Amino acid sequence: MNRWQVFINGIMKENPVLVLLIGLCPTLATSSSANDGFGMGVAATFVLIASNILISAVRKWTPDQIRIPIFIIIISTFVTIVDYTMHAADPVLYANLGVFVPLIVVNCIILGRAEAYAYKNDVLSSTLDGIGMGLGFTLTITVLGAIREIIGNGTVTILNYELINLGEGFKPALVFIMPPGAFLVMGLLIATNRLLIRKRG
Amino acid sequence: MISNDMAWYMIIISAVLINNIILIRFLALCSFFGVSNKLETSIGMGMAVIFVIVIAATASWLIWHYLLLPLKLEFLRTAAFILVIAGLVQFLEMYMRKAMPALYHAMGIYLPLITTNCAVLAVALLVIDYNLGFINTLIYSVSVPVGYTLSIILFAGIRERIDIAPIPKFLKGYPIIFITASMMSMAFLGFSHLFGL
Repeated sequence: MNRWQVFINGIMKENPVLVLLIGLCPTLATSSSANDGFGMGVAATFVLIASNILISAVRKWTPDQIRIPIFIIIISTFVTIVDYTMHAADPVLYANLGVFVPLIVVNCIILGRAEAYAYKNDVLSSTLDGIGMGLGFTLTITVLGAIREIIGNGTVTILNYELINLGEGFKPALVFIMPPGAFLVMGLLIATNRLLIRKRG
Repeated sequence: MISNDMAWYMIIISAVLINNIILIRFLALCSFFGVSNKLETSIGMGMAVIFVIVIAATASWLIWHYLLLPLKLEFLRTAAFILVIAGLVQFLEMYMRKAMPALYHAMGIYLPLITTNCAVLAVALLVIDYNLGFINTLIYSVSVPVGYTLSIILFAGIRERIDIAPIPKFLKGYPIIFITASMMSMAFLGFSHLFGL
């Protein structure tokens, strides 16, 4: 597999959320608006790239028997950095994401990529894998958030900047920004991604 | 929201029904979708989750109040909790295999899976965030996994029916399962504001 394929793999064919169905909890819980979803995606992507780089850099000195605790320590270090940085930089986003910020540490995508990819490949490939997987995750969670927000609230905001506003005349279906909407839109997104992959062969 | 001055039965109702950990709070979804295809495995998984969450939350509470707070090491919270939980589960598994083979046979296979179950770490973190006392921590950490078990068993029953129902081809498998979960979530949403919670 060449480097470009490693990178593009995470976005569609091996999209962590839509195809591998891992990292579901933060995806569904923090996608009640595009802004929250995007924030969660960026935070998890940072941890994913940073831990991929570090784990693949120290892979030659990591004893096989205790690799999982070592992965967890590395990941939780970066999660703590994200936790404190986000608390200082964007308190509103931090309050919206709540317990899901420290929970990045048990995000299956990150530990999964550490075990399945970073532990076996060189630093450059692991970085690209981290960027690709992180992009796939961020894209999915932002799209999910945008769909839910536009139906449930009539707006789409990213980075606190309002992109779309359907105005006063739009009657929002509130259920879409509540928990049931997350499951429903997620199910339909998985089905759509499947149809797209099948169409491309 | 849960606070330390709530009555014990309110904490139970809130954790089991109103803030159901799977259908309303979106925690532990991986195991929810992973093992809910059979009623039997769901029950085993539910029991194992109750067991692990109670022990993990109690241990984390003790570590937070008697180790991290006095030593002013609050920033180590995430790392300390996840390591303690992982170590504890490993230790429990070894101990159960030796001392309680029958119990190990019933739920031992689920134990390693539970380490990465985000509900375990979430409950450990939430009892700290909610500022719960020790007794309330125990009550809360029993009722959250009871809510988990309730919804996973209900869901397994529905999934066994879905397997034999005629479903459009592109919705087969996971999409229809998510849509079913959405409807169950709507039902649980009906509990909100029960007793003014």
